[in-house]
Amino acid sequence: MPVILNHLSNLIDAPRLVTQTPLLRASGLKKQYGRITAVDDVSLEVYSGEVLGIVGESGSGKSTVLRLLNLEENVEAGDYRLNISGLEAINLFTLARFQRREVQTHHIGIVYQNPHLGLRMRYTSSGNVAERLLITGERRFATLREAARVSLAASEFPLNRMDDPPRVLSGGMQQRVQLAKAIALEPKVLLLDEPTTGLDVSVQALVLDTLKRLQRERHLAIVIVSHDLGVIRTLADRVMVMRHGRVVETGLTDQVLEDPQDAYTQQLVHAKL
Amino acid sequence: MPLLQVTGFTKSFHVDHLQREIAVFADIEFTLEPGQFLLVSGPNGTGKSTLLRCLYRTYRPSAGSALYESRHGTIDLARAADVDIALLRRKEIGFVTQFLRPRPRVSALELVAEPLLGAGNSLADAEPQARDMLATFGLKPELWSAYPTMFSGGEQQRVNLARALIYPRRVLLLDEPTASLDVKARASLTGRLAELKQQGVAMIGVFHYPQEIQHLLDGEIYLKNATALPESEMVEHVVE
Repeated sequence: MPVILNHLSNLIDAPRLVTQTPLLRASGLKKQYGRITAVDDVSLEVYSGEVLGIVGESGSGKSTVLRLLNLEENVEAGDYRLNISGLEAINLFTLARFQRREVQTHHIGIVYQNPHLGLRMRYTSSGNVAERLLITGERRFATLREAARVSLAASEFPLNRMDDPPRVLSGGMQQRVQLAKAIALEPKVLLLDEPTTGLDVSVQALVLDTLKRLQRERHLAIVIVSHDLGVIRTLADRVMVMRHGRVVETGLTDQVLEDPQDAYTQQLVHAKL
Repeated sequence: MPLLQVTGFTKSFHVDHLQREIAVFADIEFTLEPGQFLLVSGPNGTGKSTLLRCLYRTYRPSAGSALYESRHGTIDLARAADVDIALLRRKEIGFVTQFLRPRPRVSALELVAEPLLGAGNSLADAEPQARDMLATFGLKPELWSAYPTMFSGGEQQRVNLARALIYPRRVLLLDEPTASLDVKARASLTGRLAELKQQGVAMIGVFHYPQEIQHLLDGEIYLKNATALPESEMVEHVVE
């Protein structure tokens, strides 16, 4: 039998038909915790209207990448740019803390797996969402409330419960409050860290559908981290596979799941029940 | 320059835990013009579906090129950037299977309208078209707003075809779209394919019973068993 080497595997051209600049560009990201390198030379690009999935086992560094993209932590090395008017020429990691906070507030939304990380559980849900506008200096009660209502509605949250605190809501509804909060200031980037993990399958499907609709309507650049390949298949256009802090494979979602090139990805994909 | 020019197209799977290369086909060569319909034929297991998937890039081709004349310039599908392939999938190249991937609590109408919305059409524009498509494939109107997760196999297939054929593509890859369809639905599909061909859509298809589309065919890509034959004999031929 002739052995045919996959010599095309590593030969992918630069984009030619898609000519716009990616909204999000990160390159050479490196993050260490003490002697442990959590993220090692990771680069990624995401276009407006595109969903990039990051998969990998626990400890692969995928959530750390998301925290870096959310400007929550410092990096050892790396360049991070958003193609947003006034920011194009700036490596966001070089910004002072309060400037980073500005970028984060206005341009990046995030939804965590654990709603306690993203929400004040005893405030009202509407108050949680309105808080985003308070940060930007909005003080008029009617404006805040209306903005909260619009965002909660866009997240398909039942509005008759908008004044209930998240702690009395179901997991699916808590994630909708997080999502409403994340999109309240109409960011260009949406980061999702295991947004549906722990939810019932049917609730999960509804949340995914809301995300899909928002992505289409708002033309967001979305990065979603999940170990659930079903979630990734439903939502992501492209996938990046991580292991030990490094990227082992990237590709179109169906290609990575059905014809994985890397040995580790083959294991990961076949481990699915 | 044809719409699609395929040369030296080769696919093998590298299975790491077996430490093996599994050859599927090698050195495929053919051209496709607008409005042409080519049948992929050959015995079972010779990679007919694999060829379609390689062209759609669900599988990564191992060697060769597939030069596609897109609206925005010539591009090699074998090595184009993922985002370019994603763009072509949204706008120019469609893949039609017999399987629907229904999502819980998404209606038939919404599923069918989705490709139009994804390509930037408005909901007001997409919905009437989705209704037309569902009518074309004979799904009962009382099911249009229902969730296909609970449909029968035949009903799901109608939704699937409506979804796959609603957005005007330039190339359609058809992977046994008629398998297990009833006679009436099969006739609707054949009718729709004839219309598309008339409009200049180019098609490459795998059909279990090619008789029903025989009148639409312009040629054949014949695949022989890759493992049983020496490489030199695994050459396709296109019947003109």
